[in-house]
Amino acid sequence: MPSLLNTSRPPVFCPGCSHEFVVKALDQAFQDQGLSGTQIALVSDIGCSGLFDTFFHTHALHGLHGRALTYATGLKMARPDLHVVVTMGDGGLGIGGAHLLAACRRNLDLTLIILNNFNFGMTGGQFSATTPPESIVGSGFLNQVERPMDACQVLESAGAPYLVRTSAYAKDLAQAIAGAMEYAGFSALDIWGGCPGRYMKRNKISPKIIEEGLGRLPARSGVIPGNERMEYTQAVQEVTSQMPKPELPSAVPTVCTPPQDTEQGVLILGAAGQRVVTAGELLGLAGMSAGMQTSLKNDYPITVLTGHSVSEVILSPEPIDYTGLSKPSVVIVLAEEGIQRRKHLFASLPETCVVLRAVPELELPATRAQVIDLDLKAKGVKKADHALASLAALARKEQVLNMEMLKAAIDIRFPAKIAEASLKVVDAV
Amino acid sequence: MSTITSTRKLRFMDGNEAAAWGAYYSGCRYFAGYPITPATGVLNAVLDILPPVGGQVLQAEDEIASIGACIGASMAGMKTMTATSGPGISLYSEQLSFAVGSEIPLVIINVQRLGPSTGSATKGADGDVQFMRWNSSGGLPVIVLCPTDVRDAFVLTMQAFNLAEHFRCPVFVASNKEIALTKESVDLDSIAWPPVQDRTPAREEGFLPFAPAEDSDVPGFLPLGHPRVPVRQTSSTHGEDGYITTDPDRIQAMQDRLTHKIEAHAQDMAFYEYVGPRDADMVIIAYGITARTALAAYKQVTREGGSMAVLILKTLWPVLEKEIVQACQGASRIIVPEMNLGQYNREIQRLLPDKKIDCLGQMNGNLLSPEQIMEVVHA
Repeated sequence: MPSLLNTSRPPVFCPGCSHEFVVKALDQAFQDQGLSGTQIALVSDIGCSGLFDTFFHTHALHGLHGRALTYATGLKMARPDLHVVVTMGDGGLGIGGAHLLAACRRNLDLTLIILNNFNFGMTGGQFSATTPPESIVGSGFLNQVERPMDACQVLESAGAPYLVRTSAYAKDLAQAIAGAMEYAGFSALDIWGGCPGRYMKRNKISPKIIEEGLGRLPARSGVIPGNERMEYTQAVQEVTSQMPKPELPSAVPTVCTPPQDTEQGVLILGAAGQRVVTAGELLGLAGMSAGMQTSLKNDYPITVLTGHSVSEVILSPEPIDYTGLSKPSVVIVLAEEGIQRRKHLFASLPETCVVLRAVPELELPATRAQVIDLDLKAKGVKKADHALASLAALARKEQVLNMEMLKAAIDIRFPAKIAEASLKVVDAV
Repeated sequence: MSTITSTRKLRFMDGNEAAAWGAYYSGCRYFAGYPITPATGVLNAVLDILPPVGGQVLQAEDEIASIGACIGASMAGMKTMTATSGPGISLYSEQLSFAVGSEIPLVIINVQRLGPSTGSATKGADGDVQFMRWNSSGGLPVIVLCPTDVRDAFVLTMQAFNLAEHFRCPVFVASNKEIALTKESVDLDSIAWPPVQDRTPAREEGFLPFAPAEDSDVPGFLPLGHPRVPVRQTSSTHGEDGYITTDPDRIQAMQDRLTHKIEAHAQDMAFYEYVGPRDADMVIIAYGITARTALAAYKQVTREGGSMAVLILKTLWPVLEKEIVQACQGASRIIVPEMNLGQYNREIQRLLPDKKIDCLGQMNGNLLSPEQIMEVVHA
């Protein structure tokens, strides 16, 4: 295959920059694999590594600093057949840390080339995540007091299955890149090099010094045995090919007649764990089974299994405007937490409003509304069923809903086993 | 006003599910998101909907990655969506500028919650209406649609995809906890679904990724991964060829085109409803869930014999300037209720400098009630 280098846009690196070796090796790796430009997408980061996409006749995406892996992820998921190569510097390594770890854990078939030259070249030679503390850089003393990281060690811990630590001057760099690209999974190359424009002005670095540095670390030149596993898109495919086709929530057939054909509002004041929202859903479905339009507005804290749970349900023959309930026709009181959440409401409830109190121990604020005690504890109804039992009591009164509507709702909302258990609760009230 | 009919097909859904289904019927097959209350329901819903039909769903490592992955998939030619709330919109900011400046179609469901900052995860608000507009460096225009209910969440998500594809830009759907987590009976079968639009392909011959198509402000599209034409995308200031340019004339021309392609086409994205008599004395201008409070107040005022209308804005950006001015021509009073402290009122005030405008702003996690609007009416 011919070279994929863009002859009209030759590399514009500083004289002596090691990035140029990587450009050539990358082109050689493309050729060795027999790839055409339209089979490859180069995703480049910011900094000098961000110039890479312009040097090649391939698909190219150049984006924000540290985020190259995010675009590459979407691109590869959309087009698993594309060879996606990401170039970033040691700057991108630091700022894009979360994406780096996620890419290793996810194991999408991307190839990451880290052009590691131990500093931020483009902005003036500041220290990066890999700058040795003894180096003299553009960040004053700051690099002396932070510890650099070894990219391969971090990537390996995060689960990368294929890692190479090498030098921009290595004779076999093209083969190393091709090997990484051919690996079916996430692969990364930590390629050490020299930055003549900045770093090398005040720090000694040479191919030999890099070679010695690499020699002091355990070699990484391919598969990390413990981290090998199925590639992400394949793993996803294995699971999703078995999933059933999606369907819109079914339309609720109108099979009942509502006891009242005017707008009804039911306020349920309960606590987490009392299945308040589920009761609200049942009431909504019950209304729909009688052709009523419904809305269910919920109020609960961000915590789970503790705190208030309040549902406001409206059943109406007309489209519903305001979904709040300032004048409920029924209030179902299940727990102290719920009462506290709406304690100011009780004084304004009219005589026509019905308050169903689950257990007589619940203290109510002063109200003119008609209070009915359901005494559910005495009837042997479990606390988690109080909301459902209260709906059953309401249905027996033929207010807002009737038994037929409630049973239709239970039938729609629950699978057979739970429906059966729910009907037992309903029948017990 | 409709009453009970046996032909109606009511389904019980919340606004998050409705947005997910709207995306599905628009042809969206890629979603990336990060869990956040109250937007997580969209992630949950698309997880059930998209993978079985060959779509992809990514739970990304953070919001920056969510929108980044959408950008990558969109550039591969897919219709993509992400969903978050205020804190996530903050993290989207830099990528959003990329999508605006580099003409990358994507839909963002912003389920607004009470801010500032972490705020209250389970409380509603419309506190991001200016934030969405001005959340990208460079300040170029974005499109923001705003549903009032679950049905709108479905329809406007479809419209958002059409606009994103047609104009090659990010489009927000400005939802709210009070729509996203409120379940409603919704009749999707009797409403007109917008016909699905796809982005316009560019000609392969002499392809320039950022050259507007003939008679258009919008470049034709070829995907990254095209089998014959190498395609470039870049976040840097670019010319029509997708390479960096430093030529001030070319740069200015691109900025002007990016502005013009949205602002000059406000009429193609004007979603609104006007309810009430044409020459009403009082006009409530409302959007989002608060529009329904406004409707309740309007009905009460009308019953009392008052002259009132409601202008419901379902497009917040670009501002429907013509429609707002026209709707309020004969009115002596304007009321602007908002679940923030008067953010959109800024736009109304600049458009109607000679009118008496009462802004009713509230930001405490509660819906504005019809009674609160009535107090302003009777004040």
